[in-house]
Order: sequence, then C-alpha cells, then structure tokens
Amino acid sequence: MTAKNSTPGTRGLVFREPLLRDLSTEGRRGLDLPPLEVDEVDPGEVLPEWALRRAPAELPEVSEPEVVRHFTRLSQWNYSIDTGMYPLGSCTMKYNPRVNEAMARLPGFADLHPRTPDRLAQGALELMYELERFLAEISGLDRVTLQPAAGAHGELCGVLMMRAWHLRTHGRPRTKVIVPESAHGTNPASCAIAGYRVVPVKNGPDGIVEPAQVAELMDDEVAGFMVTCPNTLGLFERHIGEIAEIVHEAGGLVYMDGANLNAILGEARPGDFGVDVMHINLHKTFSTPHGGGGPGSGPVAVREDLAPFLPVPVVVQEGDRYRLEYDRPDSIGKMRSFYGNFGVLVRAHAYIRSLGAEGLKRVAEIAVLNANYLKERLKEHFHLPFDQPCMHELVLTDKHQQSFGVKTLDIAKRLIDLGFHPPTVYFPLVVSGALMIEPTESESKETLDQFVDAMVQIAEECRAEPERLKEAPRRPVRQRLDETRAARNLVLR
Amino acid sequence: MRFIPATDAEIREMLATVGVEQVSDLFDVIPDQFRLRRPLSLPRALSEWELTRDMAGLARRNEGVEYASFLGAGAYRHVSSVVIDALIARSEFLTAYTPYQPEVSQGTLQAIFEFQGFVCELLGMEVANASVYDAASGLAEACLMADRALRRKARKRVVVSETVHPEYRRVVSTYLEHSGIEVEVVPVGEGGVTDWERLSAAVARGASGVVVQSPNYFGIVEDLRRAREAATEAGGLLIVAVAEPVSLGLLEPPGGFGADIVVAEGQSFGIPLSFGGPYVGLFATRDRYVRSMPGRVAGATVDRAGETGFVLTLATREQHIRREKATSNICTNQALCALAATIHLALLGKRGLEQVARQNLSQATWMKRAVSRLEGFEVPFEGPTFNEFVVRSREVPVADLLERLEARRILAGVPLGTDYPHLEDCWLLTVTETATRSDMERLVSALEEEGRK
Repeated sequence: MTAKNSTPGTRGLVFREPLLRDLSTEGRRGLDLPPLEVDEVDPGEVLPEWALRRAPAELPEVSEPEVVRHFTRLSQWNYSIDTGMYPLGSCTMKYNPRVNEAMARLPGFADLHPRTPDRLAQGALELMYELERFLAEISGLDRVTLQPAAGAHGELCGVLMMRAWHLRTHGRPRTKVIVPESAHGTNPASCAIAGYRVVPVKNGPDGIVEPAQVAELMDDEVAGFMVTCPNTLGLFERHIGEIAEIVHEAGGLVYMDGANLNAILGEARPGDFGVDVMHINLHKTFSTPHGGGGPGSGPVAVREDLAPFLPVPVVVQEGDRYRLEYDRPDSIGKMRSFYGNFGVLVRAHAYIRSLGAEGLKRVAEIAVLNANYLKERLKEHFHLPFDQPCMHELVLTDKHQQSFGVKTLDIAKRLIDLGFHPPTVYFPLVVSGALMIEPTESESKETLDQFVDAMVQIAEECRAEPERLKEAPRRPVRQRLDETRAARNLVLR
Repeated sequence: MRFIPATDAEIREMLATVGVEQVSDLFDVIPDQFRLRRPLSLPRALSEWELTRDMAGLARRNEGVEYASFLGAGAYRHVSSVVIDALIARSEFLTAYTPYQPEVSQGTLQAIFEFQGFVCELLGMEVANASVYDAASGLAEACLMADRALRRKARKRVVVSETVHPEYRRVVSTYLEHSGIEVEVVPVGEGGVTDWERLSAAVARGASGVVVQSPNYFGIVEDLRRAREAATEAGGLLIVAVAEPVSLGLLEPPGGFGADIVVAEGQSFGIPLSFGGPYVGLFATRDRYVRSMPGRVAGATVDRAGETGFVLTLATREQHIRREKATSNICTNQALCALAATIHLALLGKRGLEQVARQNLSQATWMKRAVSRLEGFEVPFEGPTFNEFVVRSREVPVADLLERLEARRILAGVPLGTDYPHLEDCWLLTVTETATRSDMERLVSALEEEGRK
C-alpha cells in the first residue's frame, strides 16, 4: 500500500498513437449527415468554374471509434488539474467545478445564436448584466466590459481605454507607460500595440516597487502605471496607495493586471487602493478551465469616468428588460466579434453564485495560507529570495542547488517523475533561476505535504546523485524534448 | 465550501507552521486603510441543486433557441457529433494548462500539431498557428503582421473591402488606430461585391495589405483573382478572411489564389453558437512569413530517447520572451475550441467536408429560388452564393417584417440597414444543412403572407 504522505507519481500503461493522417483509410468516415430533403444542386451549375475547389482538402478518412480512441489516447499523455497538483505561479490552476461545465452546455445557452433579437435572449443578457455587477463589486470599480477573450486581450482593451481617456482629458494620448520589471510579458506587448513606449521600473530590494522610483519616472508624457498586485513575486505592492497618488497627481492612470486577484478576493478591492482600470482573468480567479491554453476570458473593470470608452455593445437594463446598446460615440470600438466568450462567462457566473461573498473570501484565505505554509516548509531546502509573508504564491530559486550542477529546469523535470506538474520556471525575470509556486485553495494539506516531500527529496538528490536529475523525466510518455532542434528544423504540420 | 478541502483543524496546524495566530493576520501585508471591512455585496452561496435550478431558469428565457432559425452572418448552426463534447470534456484536455512542459503535455501538443495541419489543408496554406481568439481579432492581427512582414518595403496602409464582415472591420480599426497603419475602406460595388475598380485606384498609392472576404458578408463568392492582382499592384500582402469555412468543401481555398495570410472563423466546425463565443480563429500564412506570425505554434522534434514528440516552438516571436517587441500580445488562445474543430474535421473527413458543403449549397439554392419567386421580394445581387444571400423586401420595412416572422416563431435572418444604409430594405438569409424542409417551407409561406402591405 502507498503511504498517504509519499509522492504520487508512478508508472502506468500508455499507448503509442500516430497522427490521424497515418490512420486514414479511404472510404471511412466518422459522421453521417441527415439526407437532403431538397434536390441536390450540381455546384458547377451555380458556382463559376474558376471558383470550384480543384483538389479536396486532404483530411483523414477515419471512423468514429478510431477518432474516439485517438483522442482518448492523446488525452492520457497530458497532466491536468484533475489528475494532480498544478502549482504554476501566476496561473491560478484551481479546481474547475464540473457544474460550471453542465451550466454552459444548457441548450438555452449553448444553442443561442449571437444575432438573436434581444427580447428572445433575455436570459443571456441578464446573466451578462449580473456578472458585470458582480465583477464591479469584487474589483471596487464601477463598470465592466465582458468582451475581451483573454487576459492579454483585456490588457489591450484597458490600455486603449486609458488612451481614449487621455485624449479626452488632456487632448493627447501621452507616450509612455511605466511597467515594473517583474510584470508578465503581455503587459509591455499590449502597451506596444496601443502605441505606447514602455518604461521599466525596478522592483525594490524587497521585491516591492518604491514610490520614489515611480515619482522619478513620472512626467506629463506618462499615460499610466501598469502594475500586477499582488505582484509576480507573490508580494502585495504595499506602496500602491502612495504610488497611485503620485501617478494621479501627474495626470496619469493606474492599470492593474488582475492575474493574481485570487489572493485578495473579499479582502481588498483594487478600486479602493487607487486602481482606475483592471482586467480580470476568469480562467484563473473564477475557476473556468484552461483547456490546454484557452478559451479564457478577460473582462475589464473601470472607474466611472472611463465608462464612455468601453467597447460596444454594453448590456443595459431598462426596468426588468435587458438590451445591447451600440450607440456609444466615445467607445474605443470593438475588440472581437459579438460580446465575448459567453460560454466562459456562464461558468464564471455559476462559480460566483456557488461561493457567494463568504466563499470567495475563503478562497483568498486558503490560497494565501497554502502558499505561506509551503514557503515555511520549503525555505530551509531552497533559497527564498524574499523572506517575508507572501500572498497566493512564493518564489524560490536554484541558488543552493547550483553548486551540484543542478538548475531550475532539472528540478522542474524531476518533479514530473514524482507526480507533480512543475511550477512556473525562470519567471519572473527579475529572479535568476526562479521557481514560482502557486498552490491555490484547491489543494488539501496532504497534497501540500506530498509536494513538500517531493521537493525535499529532490533537494537531497541534488546532493547525492545530481546526474539523475539531468535524466528526468523518465516516467511520462516522452523524455526531455529537444526544443532547439524544433526551432531550427521547423516541422509544423 | 465544497470546492475547498481545508478543515478547521488543518488550518490551525498550518497557521502554527506559518507562525501566525489567525488567517486574517496573513493579510496584514495589505495596508490597513485598504482592507475591506465588510462582506462583498453578492447574492448568497448556492448549493449545486439550487444553482442548477436558477441557471436552467435563465437559460429558458432565451426563447430564440426554440425558433426556426435562418440566422448566420458570421455564426452558423451545423450538424456535429456528441463525440466532440465527450472528448473535450475529458479532464486531461479540459483542465490542462498551456503546454509549456512538453513531456506532460504531449496530448495537447500533438492535437495542436494536427490542428495546424488541418488548417493548412483547408485553407490551402503552408503554415498555421495554434489559433487566435476569433476571425475578427485574427484579421486585425493579420493587418499588423503584413506591416511587420514587409517592414520598410510597403506603405503603412491597409485597404479593406466594405464587403468584409462589419464587425471584423470594426475590430481592425480598433486594433490599428494607434499603430500608424492607415485603414482605407473601399465602398461595396454594384452587385454586392468588391468594387475592383475603386480598389485598384485605392491601392495605387501602395499598401501593406489588401483585405477581402470570401464568401463575403452578403454570402457572395468574391473573385480572389482580382484581389491577388490588386495586392500585387499595391506591393502588399493579400489577406483573405473566411467567415464560413464550410464553403471550402466546394470552393478553391484562398491559398489557391495566392493569398499571403488567411484568417477564418472556425466556429462552423463543431463549436456551439453559445451567444457569440468562445469560437476559434484559424490563422495561416506562407512559410516565408512564419517568423512574423502571431501566436503559438507546435512543432515536431525528438526526445532524449530519439522518439518523435512535440513542443511549442518559435517562442522568440512571443510576448513572454520578446515583451514589447513580440509579434503579438496574445498568450491564452482558444485551444479547447481548436481541439473541438480538429475532432470535428477528423469525423467529417475528406468526403464529409465536401458533402456538407454540397448540402449547404443545395439547401440555400432551393431557398433562394423559392424566395425570388415570391411577390414583394427580390434577390438583389446576382453573384454566386454559398449558404446565405441577401433578400430585399419591396413593400414591408425589414424591421416590421422580421418582427412579424418572430411572432410566427421564425428568425428569418439578419437585417443589413445598420451597417449598410443603402441596404436598409434588405436582410441576410442563411440556410445550412440543419434547416428542415418543413421549416424552409414554413418560412416561404410566412414570407408569402407577410410580405405584402
């Protein structure tokens, strides 16, 4: 029998599975269409010769059971939250409640065409309106757009609204945005698309951005300060109030990347500490699944005076009816077609309704407790660059292990063999060899203890048999993959 | 709280390890004046039973799903299989993160690799990415990419036909407003197709991109040969949008006409309508432009043991490495929807795709012929169409007509007047393979009865 506190990774039977194109056999098919009830039209009769497809798309010819087996085998090569702890820092890999999936699949939601007249889509509009109100209350801001499809999309939307606000307020958009060095890469990338130059600001010696540093960079060319709070070191930017005053004083706005909102749910609200615009990742804080890289959803919350710039349409309430409003002359326009990743909005709405105010606060409490617990238990084995109370995540490094020739990547890969997904590695960039660990509230104490056991075992292996770590991982379907070769010798289909 | 395992006893034990007295002390790192001292004002927590009941009530209020529907205009109802949902709802796909650790993400990575291959086959292109949010934002990315790919060789300007989906054009304008790239829209010509003369004139000054859609917003197949000529004249890239890629079961793909970038809406491939999203943008280009392409890409390689495997590659284009110099800010994309589309295309296969396209063409042609025989209506444009077409109501204003049909539980299509004032008396009628003969006949007789003053 396996003891409760040993690490969970072990071997299992996995199957080889080729590409579908190598399974194709002429004449097979996996979907039957209903018979036509009208006369079949010869395409050559109604379409011009030059427009007709010369050769069919070479899609595989496979039957339904082959398709099911193919993708089932592929799925078994994946790690997932449902199989184990996924401590990726700043990714908030929490449990995705199954009820959310069922709700998004209700035919009244799943089969609803986006161009259905408003009066025949009242349930969907009401859900969107309510979700906006929930997110406004949670963020402490006034208005929300649900349109952006992901966090980075929300950033671009928010920065474009900042730009529109400056044009209206100062007659010009200004030219620069201040971004801490610990920020996600999407922050500077989004600013660049919106036409801003990025001015980096260093995190202070304790990992926190200092007001004096921002004050020094602040001038009337700075449109805003873009901050992640808590930051990617897992630390609350405790000078944020003072910094917001400095930025506002000089006519700028404060943008908050809400990737780490999970840590402060019900404990503090960005609108209360001076944030003017923020995006919220529903696929992090609000439990919607990552799906191997999306779809996500990145609503943007703003202070009232930025509301005129929200993308169209917005949902408005009139008595007990709801409608989509397009007539907003100051709007930045549209970020994507239709109204947002509605199916993701349904899931987030269901999550907030499942938890209520108390449940959301509990989420933050346990997420922060779990991270601090891991920090206390791991800091004697791994270098902890910022030894202070953390929020939802902690950052360790490979400093102690380097003398044995072991680096962060090796530690990450060895964790896989012991049954855990690795933490986020080599990020934030301001910490050399970073291992960024976010346990979330979903993990039980036993699982956290198992994770600690695994990390401690690895720390010991670094001393005793460092070469073994270079060979990790050995248990998954593939061993360490050659990424350099993939980039040099491109095979993309 | 059913989603959180921690018990009070465990919390006490963990607090002791951390060295604080109570949970709220953990939040002392937040300045006192910013601590929220009241509960959030939200409705009370619901059990799963209550939640399901409430949400079902909301879903029932979307009565439109019960109506006979001829809505399209960028989102289409098609036949799909329960197999898709059974597979994408598997935990290992659904609850996995972006495949940054390839050894434990081979399932997702191989699926992306296969998706990229299918997209290339479908669009007639050489290389595709792992997906973008949707066709509209993908088209904006394509315009930014064209400028990047041709840097210093072409004018910072894209010329867009007005027959491109109005929402796609609006998103392009929003994205490009601060890029320094000018957007020029060429008004729709006679017959509901691109005005090639005016487009030619517009590109004479040069452009980094020429943007057309086929079938266009009015459902008409555009002459992509002319579009290719215009792009060449402009010294720019030909960018083609496809809102209804089922059409490519019959139509020569944009790649066959020399398109440089193709963006398509993948919703038609097994993805529910879901009130507008999540959908999936297909994005493809030529090999020579791959380093200018936005978004993630999966590539084949080998592992330590020499076995073939897959990784995310060309990351040096992306935001997490290049930050403000990246080819896009995109990070999370639409992976699970891309997986759904991959499964759908595998089920359909080579013959199925062509068959479903033929069915759409046959159904829509039947309807087009029936409507053009009706008093009070005409089909104003002669150009070849696939599964949707424009109808003009000669006597009854379109808004009134559509409302009368709604009273008969029919959604007859999307009015065009808001986006094209000169087509105020017209609407777009869509017929896919999912329309039954009886619904089609019901629409025809309803139009017959309601189409006169």
